[in-house]
Amino acid sequence: MRLAIKRRASSGQRPGPTRERTPAMEKARPQWGNPLQFVFACISYAVGLGNVWRFPYLCQMYGGGSFLVPYIIMLIVEGMPLLYLELAVGQRMRQGSIGAWRTISPYLSGVGVASVVVSFFLSMYYNVINAWGFWYLFHSFQDPLPWSVCPLNGNRTGYDEECEKATSTQYFWYRKTLNISPSIQENGGVQWEPALCLTLAWLMVYLCILRGTETTGKVVYFTASMPYCVLIIYLIRGLTLHGATNGLKYMFTPKMEQLANPKAWINAATQIFFSLGLGFGSLIAFASYNEPSTNCQKHAITVSIINSSTSIFASIVTFSIYGFKATFNYENCLNRVILLLTNSFDLEDGFLTANNLEEVKDYLASTYPSKYNDVFPHIRNCSLESELNTAVQGTGLAFIVYTEAIKNMEVSQLWSVLYFFMLLMLGMGSMLGNTAAILTPLTDSKVISSYLPREAISGLVCLINCAIGMVFTMESGNYWFDIFNDYAATLSLLLIVLVETIAVCYVYGLKRFGSDLEAMTGRTLNWYWKSMWAFVSPLLIIGLFIFYLSDYIITGTLQYQAWDATQGQLVTKDYPPYALAVIGLLVASSTMCIPLVALGTFVRNHLKMGGSAPVA
Amino acid sequence: MVAFAMRKVPNRETTEISHVLLCNVTQRVSFWFVVTDPSKNHTLPAAEVQSAIRMNRNRINNAFFLDDHTLEFLKIPSTLAPPTDPSVPVWIIVFGVIFCIVIVAIALLVLSGIRQRRRNNKRSPGLEDAEDKCENIITIENGVPCDPLDTKGGHVNDGFLAEDERLTPL
Repeated sequence: MRLAIKRRASSGQRPGPTRERTPAMEKARPQWGNPLQFVFACISYAVGLGNVWRFPYLCQMYGGGSFLVPYIIMLIVEGMPLLYLELAVGQRMRQGSIGAWRTISPYLSGVGVASVVVSFFLSMYYNVINAWGFWYLFHSFQDPLPWSVCPLNGNRTGYDEECEKATSTQYFWYRKTLNISPSIQENGGVQWEPALCLTLAWLMVYLCILRGTETTGKVVYFTASMPYCVLIIYLIRGLTLHGATNGLKYMFTPKMEQLANPKAWINAATQIFFSLGLGFGSLIAFASYNEPSTNCQKHAITVSIINSSTSIFASIVTFSIYGFKATFNYENCLNRVILLLTNSFDLEDGFLTANNLEEVKDYLASTYPSKYNDVFPHIRNCSLESELNTAVQGTGLAFIVYTEAIKNMEVSQLWSVLYFFMLLMLGMGSMLGNTAAILTPLTDSKVISSYLPREAISGLVCLINCAIGMVFTMESGNYWFDIFNDYAATLSLLLIVLVETIAVCYVYGLKRFGSDLEAMTGRTLNWYWKSMWAFVSPLLIIGLFIFYLSDYIITGTLQYQAWDATQGQLVTKDYPPYALAVIGLLVASSTMCIPLVALGTFVRNHLKMGGSAPVA
Repeated sequence: MVAFAMRKVPNRETTEISHVLLCNVTQRVSFWFVVTDPSKNHTLPAAEVQSAIRMNRNRINNAFFLDDHTLEFLKIPSTLAPPTDPSVPVWIIVFGVIFCIVIVAIALLVLSGIRQRRRNNKRSPGLEDAEDKCENIITIENGVPCDPLDTKGGHVNDGFLAEDERLTPL
């Protein structure tokens, strides 16, 4: 006689372990092939363009070597605890951000929705950077590199006027790549070249996320490790360049007085926060594909340390390149002055060198005062310091400064291809995380995944993002890009992570979460994490939040940098009212999700309770 | 050289070396020059001389093994060589190659996914009932998978008598 016993866990009336069953998905939740894929996915997501183009700038602005002090302190106090929190939530709840927060408390699923909205905004504009990367990569296969020479003007007697006033790399970026309009009001049309590159970038993203963790897991092996190979090659090349030590010395000399500047600490905290990509829901999505017994504490520490070391490593490379470029420009400037003096005073060729320039100038000033006075306005004071002082961040660093340095290296095509390939890897890795943050809640939802297979959902998301992204390929696209870059994610993320921390510690209960983790992984929660989650990190985030708000309020009207073609440089302009409205909408649409969904859940529960009259 | 250049100009074929006058010659090889009319009455206008030099600039440069940077004619702007423009821009070629590779890869993945799903559907048509999908579901209670308890058909409990045991005789 056979007795068939079927046991079933109770299906969730209370927040607790959930049954992984949907009518459409007949299989269990997909998982990473091995834990290494998860670590690589997190590294590939966290190590992005910000490590390369934002950290070196901050390092230079806030005291060089001494900036590392607040940076490391913030890493230990803010970065590691918050990263561990997100990974633990994802691994525990085994769902995307919306489902995970709904499990913690139905009123807080708005946090998940806000994460998805912010990820959506981010993926809209972030892939445009990949499109630009593709554009430069494809143009690197020419000799000479197109941004190293200015095009000729109409009657071929000289160079194009805009190119003369600016530099050839700036001209290539602003005119050939962006074809930028003088202000945000003048829209222009969609440029077909960047539009093509954007389409290719989205097709590439679609290819990588098509099959879910199956393909993503293999792709991240590549996108996580390739940038390091290129960085090492660049480090070796950069350190052997002439003048690299100037840049390194300039950067790493600590200026201890910057430690007293509160902006240094605030920027360190902000950089750690945004560099790790907290609050987007990507980390929750990645961790939800983990096996429950994975040691996410070890992974959190590993990923955050690797992320910060990559920043420091990338800034060494950046500063040796800076040093090379500055020395090159300085020596060019000196040579021009020497040529000018040699020609004006009919001196012997080779008589004037960089070493005796000053003495000869004094001699000439005393011997031929009138002639010297005529020539004097044309003599520029060449200074290495001022060349090194040009601190640039963002797209300006990646596409203008670096290309200027690359065009002066030998075999510049090879270095250019390597460099833009690395940028693409970094950008693609972060895009994979972003799209995972959007897709995981969508595929978890029973409603949507019952109608459409996974491939169709991914395709739709990519298509919608690509269509909206065409806005950034217009002539004024770069200005809209800056709006999204500065405002879409900053305030909202701080709020989201704050609510996350408070939800886990106080709504779900820190003790309960700790015992859940212990049951899941077999390790007790350290007192350090508990104290950080409960007190320090929320206070830090509140501090950052207050600082940002007060900064916005004090500055009054918001301004942006517009490219003036007639002068060949950037000018500051005010945003028009409709741009300000868009900014407000960006911030509001993600932050308002949290209270609105809570209100909606409350109303729905109220109606349900009121509808079913209590039976006596 | 200057005389040669002037000879190329129509109406000036008879210019001789003696018609070119130099002045202000310095040690560093720079000088002023004028070209006079063959009848030695007047000097030729600057514009004419300039255009003549411009047309023959290449030959003048080559004669001295110099180029536009090292041999300068004041007030005669040099015609710059435009960068070579291939008929099809290089970047479009590279773009086309990568674009085709990506499209082919996407098509392959999508098609293989559709084929796999069709094979799964064909193999198990009767699994529409949700209740019978227990064998593929991982249920977790307190972090411990309840897998062994959930196998389809249940677990044989050896505490009971085997099936083919004879019934107790009357």
